[in-house]
Amino acid sequence: MSVVEPTEAGGRMPDGAVEQLVVVPRRHYGIWIGTALALLVAVAIIRALATNPAFDWNVAFGYLFHPSIMRGLGNTLLLTVVIMACAIVIGTVIAIMRVSPSTVLQSFASAYVWFFRGVPALIQLIFWFNLSLLFRTVSLSLPVVGMIFSVKTNDVMTPFVAAVVALSLCEAGYLAEIIRAGIKSVPHGQSEAAGALGMSYRHVLWRIILPQAMRFIVPPTGNEAISLLKMTSLVTFIAVDDLFYTAQSIYARTFETIPLLIVVAFWYLFVVTVMSFGQHFIERYYGRSDRREDNLIDRLLRNTGLLRHPGAGA
Amino acid sequence: MNAGEENQRRFGAPADAMVFARGVRKSFGPLEVLKGIDLVVPTGSVACIIGPSGSGKSTFLRCINHLEQISGGVLLVDGEFVGYDLRDGKLYEVKNSLLCKRRADIGMVFQSFNLFSHMTVMQNLIEAPTRVRGVPVQEARARAEALLARVGLSEKVNSYPRELSGGQQQRVAIARALAMNPKVLLFDEPTSALDPELVGEVLQVMRDLADSGMTMVVVTHEIGFAREVGDALIFMDQGVIVEQGLPRDMIADPQSPRTREFLSRVL
Repeated sequence: MSVVEPTEAGGRMPDGAVEQLVVVPRRHYGIWIGTALALLVAVAIIRALATNPAFDWNVAFGYLFHPSIMRGLGNTLLLTVVIMACAIVIGTVIAIMRVSPSTVLQSFASAYVWFFRGVPALIQLIFWFNLSLLFRTVSLSLPVVGMIFSVKTNDVMTPFVAAVVALSLCEAGYLAEIIRAGIKSVPHGQSEAAGALGMSYRHVLWRIILPQAMRFIVPPTGNEAISLLKMTSLVTFIAVDDLFYTAQSIYARTFETIPLLIVVAFWYLFVVTVMSFGQHFIERYYGRSDRREDNLIDRLLRNTGLLRHPGAGA
Repeated sequence: MNAGEENQRRFGAPADAMVFARGVRKSFGPLEVLKGIDLVVPTGSVACIIGPSGSGKSTFLRCINHLEQISGGVLLVDGEFVGYDLRDGKLYEVKNSLLCKRRADIGMVFQSFNLFSHMTVMQNLIEAPTRVRGVPVQEARARAEALLARVGLSEKVNSYPRELSGGQQQRVAIARALAMNPKVLLFDEPTSALDPELVGEVLQVMRDLADSGMTMVVVTHEIGFAREVGDALIFMDQGVIVEQGLPRDMIADPQSPRTREFLSRVL
């Protein structure tokens, strides 16, 4: 087989033409079709939302800042914050027990996670609400001192307290697993180096291990917080007046079901959006030693002037 | 006479021994990795330990600061058992706070640097002095800056470990160990994880340290460094010290066939 030598006469391209060679991009037919379909669906949805009178947008707007709705939203936020705070504390303790050298502590923590993650949240909620069926009174008495205090279970276990206890314990089961995975993700050499410098176990855990584990803990915990916010709507079952419950009690009277569900959905979406931004900043803080390419939200914020360039200032 | 001197006398350690090992044994389950190690590292000297992988040299080094517990024998650092107290002829495991206090006097430099990756270079250097020893922050910072100058990394004070090359990280790790004013510095293959062109800068820092009179125990594959800087060369194989002596003599004329074979492979 012979190699064809390009010659001046046989079609060797002049230098000028080489420089002007045009690149024709590949055609992405699949993407074009997909784009067209997506636009079509979007138009159909917007059209349905805009033209169907049953949505009653005006009624929805009217209820958006209704005092009952505002009170419900406040309770939902309060529940989310209190439950998340309790769950983080309990979850951290359980996670530390799971990585401890003691087999008994490990087993206790495993059993905790197994139970509270395994039983549906709604069932746990109703169980705690009905605790008085099991224990009429809650009391503490010591052998010598005698009775310290004693209260009726029903006086303590109000719907709000039942909601906090049940959902905290349940959420802690998930968080314990997240925190444990975070702790395990820190290389063993870190605690060895810290130990060799004379740091105590507690010092190593709080100053060396947990801060590094945070980078792995924060993203899934943000997801948990968002899912918890929505999970609090379960408390409607035990008559805690959260966002969903107040909306329900309005449309039970007025039958404006769809507009009120729109109001509820709007507020959940609004809070979730704010939480996503918050999560982003916490992630930035714990990832400061590991800054890579910045992502969509960073660019968005910088373009709108809300954020300075990471390199600038400070 | 303090407890340290009494221990040294009781176990026959020379008065100037910084690290003293007699019959040190260590087993992982049924596997015995140290089978009776006898070693004296005098204060102010540099001992280099060489040997094939799996010979127990790193394990022995980690026993010195009690990262591994020994299974038998006597291992003293400056006359003291690191993890134990001798009372009434028994070795009592010491409580954690005392173990931490003694470990703080023994510096260690690891093969994989192990800098705290969430802290800047400065934070890495002042964490242990301020929180373990209670040194005031200003004082610790001043000392950290002096140490960084000594290892030639003054301009990296606010960098994170990830932003440094391997050689720079290892020099910071040495400075971090020095920040605690250790009595002895242990090096566990400090240059084995480095690219060849970065080995020199770390060895230079170690050479300067040796010249300043620091007591050092170095597990290494750098025979050239051992010959030039080491006061003693120790060859370990299969959990025992096969041969030890002056580096120059031992490298030029190894007595044991196992030493000769090992040296012929690494030189």
